[in-house]
Amino acid sequence: MSKRVLDRLNQVFGDAILETHSQHGDDTAVVEASRWREVARFLRDDERCAMNHFIDLTAVDYSDRREPRYEVVLHIRSLEKLHRVRLKARIGEPPSIDSLAEVWAGANWFERECFDMFGVDFVGHPNLRRILLYPEFVGHPLRKDYPAQMTQPLVEYRPEAIGKLPPFSEHEGMPFGRQTHDRAAAHVNALGFTDE
Amino acid sequence: MSQTQRYVFEGSQQGFATTRLEDLLNWAKKYSLFQYPFVTACCAMEFMALASPRFDMARFGAEAPRFSPRQSDLLWVVGTISQRQAPILKTVYDQMADPKYVLAFGTCASCGGFYDNYTTLAGIDKVVPVDVYVPGCPPRPESVIDGLLLLQDKIQRGDRTPGIVKPRTDPHQVAKALAEHSPLVPLRTSKS
Repeated sequence: MSKRVLDRLNQVFGDAILETHSQHGDDTAVVEASRWREVARFLRDDERCAMNHFIDLTAVDYSDRREPRYEVVLHIRSLEKLHRVRLKARIGEPPSIDSLAEVWAGANWFERECFDMFGVDFVGHPNLRRILLYPEFVGHPLRKDYPAQMTQPLVEYRPEAIGKLPPFSEHEGMPFGRQTHDRAAAHVNALGFTDE
Repeated sequence: MSQTQRYVFEGSQQGFATTRLEDLLNWAKKYSLFQYPFVTACCAMEFMALASPRFDMARFGAEAPRFSPRQSDLLWVVGTISQRQAPILKTVYDQMADPKYVLAFGTCASCGGFYDNYTTLAGIDKVVPVDVYVPGCPPRPESVIDGLLLLQDKIQRGDRTPGIVKPRTDPHQVAKALAEHSPLVPLRTSKS
């Protein structure tokens, strides 16, 4: 059972484990962000944990709900012991946390994606640059304060391109809107991203 | 009924026909559409079906793929185009030699589809002019064939305004719907 991993973490790291919970077979530990890499390396190297399989790493933006704003989420598994845990670390603005690329090689591209989408700075990452979006892209699209419909075209649109119906401006998505467009438009206007 | 008469010359016969040079050129253009497949997403499956013998695009003189834009006439944009790909699409289009035509295959290429977000180009017409839009997610091969025929028709007429493939209707379903709405038109059955 993966709960043993949580017990072991609590036993070894004590205060650095902020909380643990187990729900629907998913066992989660929230880790002090400053000891992120240390805990990860322990989980990999400890004989009773032996977490040798990196599954996923991503982040969540809780900007409208709680402090600190971001949560980095890591899923790892042991192919020997067949247990799986989820680690979380809460980080504030500007988001920054230790890179795990040297612990699991698989984390490399996931951290690049996380940087691309959320702007999380992974300290010690060998090559932290955008992996999916283009270098000219400004901002991080999965942050809650990125306007949901704002695009950043690389080529200028044709002047005779078919126009957009209000409330959409030219650089936005499709002429028909999502249901929440009023809220989204208000949000965009408040941020000053509107098109003149 | 059209009053135009058509003459077919057999091999042993001799004769002549008059036409305009423009029409002759258009006739030649419309039956030799060398294609450049710009295939990016799941619509590719329908494109393969269209190119394979069951639906057989070769019947319309449009089967020869050219993997150089300089040798091709018809740009098939098959699938979602992301903002990152848009400059590549533009370059490919610019490299094609005139006369050149663009066919937007599927909803994503036509208007962005359901990808209403930061990463997708909402319709390739933002970047390159489109001659024929084929809606569908993905379109049925029949509707793509309709689109190809529509394009040939437009080439023959010298018409460069964008065209959209209309949905097909099943004549039987139409008759049935009519019968349900007006009892005066009886549904034709096999007995009557």
